[in-house]
Amino acid sequence: MDTIFGVPTQALFGQLLIGLINGSFYALLSLGLAVIFGLLNIINFTHGAQYMMGAFVAYFLANKAGLGYWWSLVLVPLVVGFTGVIIERLMLSKLYKLDHLYGLLLTFGLALIIQGLFRNQYGTSGLPYAMPAELAGGRNLGFMFLPNYRAWVIVASLAVCIGTWFVIEKTKLGSYLRAATENPALVQAFGINVPRMITLTYGFGVALAAFAGVMAAPIYQVSPQMGADLIIVVFAVVVIGGMGSIMGSIVTGFALGLLEGLTKVFYPEASNTVIFVIMAIVLMVKPAGLFGAQK
Amino acid sequence: MKLKRTVIAAALAALAGAANAQVSDGIIKIGVMNDMSGLYADIAGPGSVVAAKMAVDDFGAAKKGMKVEVVGADHQNKPDIGSSIANQWYDVDKVDAIFDVPTSSVALAVSEITRKKGKAFLVSGAATSDLSGKACSPNTIHWTYDTWMLANGTGTAIVKTGGDTWFFLTADYAFGHALERDTETAVLKNGGKVLGKVRHPFPGQDFSSFLLQAQASKAKIIGLANAGGDTINSIKQAAEFGIVKGGQNLAGLLVFITDIHSLGLQTAQGLIFTESFYWDLNDGTRAWSKRFAAANGGKYPSMVQAGVYSSVLHYLKAIEAAKTDDGTKVIAQMKKMPTDDPLFGKGSIRRDGRKIHPAYLVEVKKPSESKGPYDYYKIRATIPADQAFRPEKDGGCNL
Amino acid sequence: MPRAQKIALGSMAAFFLLAPLAVYPVFLMKAMCFALFACAFNLLIGFGGLLSFGHAMFLGTAGYVAAHAAKVWGLPPEFAILAGTAAAALLGLVTGLLAIRRQGIYFAMITLALAQMVFFFCVQAPFTGGEDGIQAVPRGRLFGVLDLANVWAMYATVFVIFIAGFMLIYRVIHSPFGQVLKAIRENEQRAISLGYDVNRYKLLAYLLSATLAGLAGATKALVFQLASLTDVHWSMSGEVVLMTLLGGLGTVFGPVVGAFVIITMENYLSQIGAWVTVVQGAIFVVCVLTFRRGIVGELANWLRKPL
Repeated sequence: MDTIFGVPTQALFGQLLIGLINGSFYALLSLGLAVIFGLLNIINFTHGAQYMMGAFVAYFLANKAGLGYWWSLVLVPLVVGFTGVIIERLMLSKLYKLDHLYGLLLTFGLALIIQGLFRNQYGTSGLPYAMPAELAGGRNLGFMFLPNYRAWVIVASLAVCIGTWFVIEKTKLGSYLRAATENPALVQAFGINVPRMITLTYGFGVALAAFAGVMAAPIYQVSPQMGADLIIVVFAVVVIGGMGSIMGSIVTGFALGLLEGLTKVFYPEASNTVIFVIMAIVLMVKPAGLFGAQK
Repeated sequence: MKLKRTVIAAALAALAGAANAQVSDGIIKIGVMNDMSGLYADIAGPGSVVAAKMAVDDFGAAKKGMKVEVVGADHQNKPDIGSSIANQWYDVDKVDAIFDVPTSSVALAVSEITRKKGKAFLVSGAATSDLSGKACSPNTIHWTYDTWMLANGTGTAIVKTGGDTWFFLTADYAFGHALERDTETAVLKNGGKVLGKVRHPFPGQDFSSFLLQAQASKAKIIGLANAGGDTINSIKQAAEFGIVKGGQNLAGLLVFITDIHSLGLQTAQGLIFTESFYWDLNDGTRAWSKRFAAANGGKYPSMVQAGVYSSVLHYLKAIEAAKTDDGTKVIAQMKKMPTDDPLFGKGSIRRDGRKIHPAYLVEVKKPSESKGPYDYYKIRATIPADQAFRPEKDGGCNL
Repeated sequence: MPRAQKIALGSMAAFFLLAPLAVYPVFLMKAMCFALFACAFNLLIGFGGLLSFGHAMFLGTAGYVAAHAAKVWGLPPEFAILAGTAAAALLGLVTGLLAIRRQGIYFAMITLALAQMVFFFCVQAPFTGGEDGIQAVPRGRLFGVLDLANVWAMYATVFVIFIAGFMLIYRVIHSPFGQVLKAIRENEQRAISLGYDVNRYKLLAYLLSATLAGLAGATKALVFQLASLTDVHWSMSGEVVLMTLLGGLGTVFGPVVGAFVIITMENYLSQIGAWVTVVQGAIFVVCVLTFRRGIVGELANWLRKPL
């Protein structure tokens, strides 16, 4: 058939592929949030700012240290993840015995501070970050021109998502983490350093955000705002997927990307809202999310 | 503190009120209001305040015995903050005129307040052509540019040079719609065709699916009816998808030199758009821009900042001629006097408050053609002043 | 009313009555509108235990409806404000029915999602004027008599609305309804076991909070003669959380103090707008870590009397 619902089939496939690429971005971003909430019960509002920091640190590495994209992919998550560790040690750990909402408010405040400081320093026009030469260009797939970088985004994102899921759900380390959050006292009694595990988990979630930031730098504008509006969408993804479920966030991220892609074809003005509509529906029907278990 | 100031101001006002052919409070207070920290901070921001101060110095206020003070404020692109500042400035701080104000929604609010209080408003930053159209006012002059000039300049000039099939990528809000509408009119009037349009949510981040649709349309020109970060992202991603390499050209409908600076020539090369000022146009603009850059941390001026300089200069000249700083009277005086400065050359101000001067169709240079930072434009065409702006009768202004 | 609170109420009323002689009245009217907004928000979180991260939708929607009613339908100010408030109430009912069934984080997230939908609707809907907002809203003549273009008339009106709204909240908090609400906040299971229909109580509290937030928004639209997207953006929802947190969650006068401090700070920092976000963020962090009771909360704690 030449057209589906009035849209040429070729164009539709192109849009679906784009949707998949965007979905892999959402999945990568929501992964960090899901890890932090799933294991630590903290809503990390700072996630968007940490994503932004990832992109900026990549820019600094490129411009001040001459270290390119591939170096950044490794170093940036470590650097930003380290700042996450500091935040957890100095501030978040004080709030665990309180209502979870305080954690949300703290990370919200931190997000405002970080974004405000970067905006003061760097303005809002954004900074250029070059596409790594190895990934430039693209190939013509017949129904669309696919830039190599976008293909790389899908691959990298899938790899990191599946890898993280595997570590948390299928390895011994992951099982320690999961046990530690369900019953910290008992796990501590077994001689496992629970506070340190928690700190490292938070750091890991933040590192994932920063990794997404590095991935974004060549294609989206590196500006202090880049995380601010994205964070709300990512929340929606995590909530729909199930706030404790890693697989839920990954699947939902990709699915939502596809759905948003479809909306952009048929009713583009609503592509911003469709995610929230779905979130509202899911929360009413299955409040723990599609893959989540009510805690 | 405020009480004391209010009392003194009231006393002065009482004294000054008696001699209304004099400047109020003995001081001409100029307020430069714009976005100091957000989206338009580089286009206007603190640079506009620098431009205003340069105009005061170049006018020689001190030598003429006129006391002029320049203050600045950040409206953060929000109409409620802008109107709070305007109200406070006029009521409490005795500001006589407000300058700049990018972001059309804020400009409209400030224009209304200025009219109610009989002050003066010289808009350099905002784009909406309504300011000299259905929202015109005897207290407002719209300086540097407007959406009609951009749309008509870019649309007409591009169609005339062969870009006769268009596809629009439009930001889905009032400003984007207005840009698209005005450009479409210009394109169709000159015999071009619009092959399609797509509206993207505002603000957007990823434009790949919209760019794909633009590519599929095979239109020669993809018109970007958006601004700021949306334009920059659209251009960046267009480069990624090989749109320009594939033979289509991008037409930015609202682009500033700061956007090009942030994109880099590699990505932005070949972009075509309209501006009313470029620092490298002639000796006059070059000399001024070098002075400006020295006072502005090395950043070269945008057309908005140039407009602030030009409007402050003309405002002060008008006060000198009319011997009063009453807003309505000064604006009327400004309309009576032709304008002349090294930045915009010779021009005039119409009855509907529209400032007239030539506009320039520019194309972004290739990296190999540029000799240094900010050397970004080739001038493709000059649009004479009488054709650059919307004819007065079409505006719907009833002044 | 206990003595400490009577003194506080008296001082607050006296302050707002006398301050306009020395301080710019428009600034004070803004403070009162936001104080009412924060008090309405506090009703939900401080006494109902429900953190709504989407309260801006009530402020903004009421503002738009009131502005539209005054400008396009030509309604006199009292009806315009009523229309705005009613719109917020309706929105509160609809969103409340959707959101109330969940608690804690889930409730916060769903209110955020709903508020985002309202925001995107406002960006696109033609009657809101999009980026421009609704401008040049006429203030009109109150009850056909009092010309609100006069700043003192407007001030008196806003003052009356503020005090009325505040007293209404006060009475609600100290009524049997308020007691049940507090009980639900403390231990929902126990309240259920005592036979209370907790969802109905929560919905009612939510509705009341939404309506009064709408009252604040509608009044603000007339004061500034403008309704804009700022009032439906999620950062406005964050601001009201900040005001209440700073002033003191669960105190009666806390939100008023918090709103006043934040509005003042924004006014003074407006020359260097960039730092406002950073300072707000810093206040959040400091409050959450070391100052959880808020200004009035700490004062009440020191005096050992509820405020």
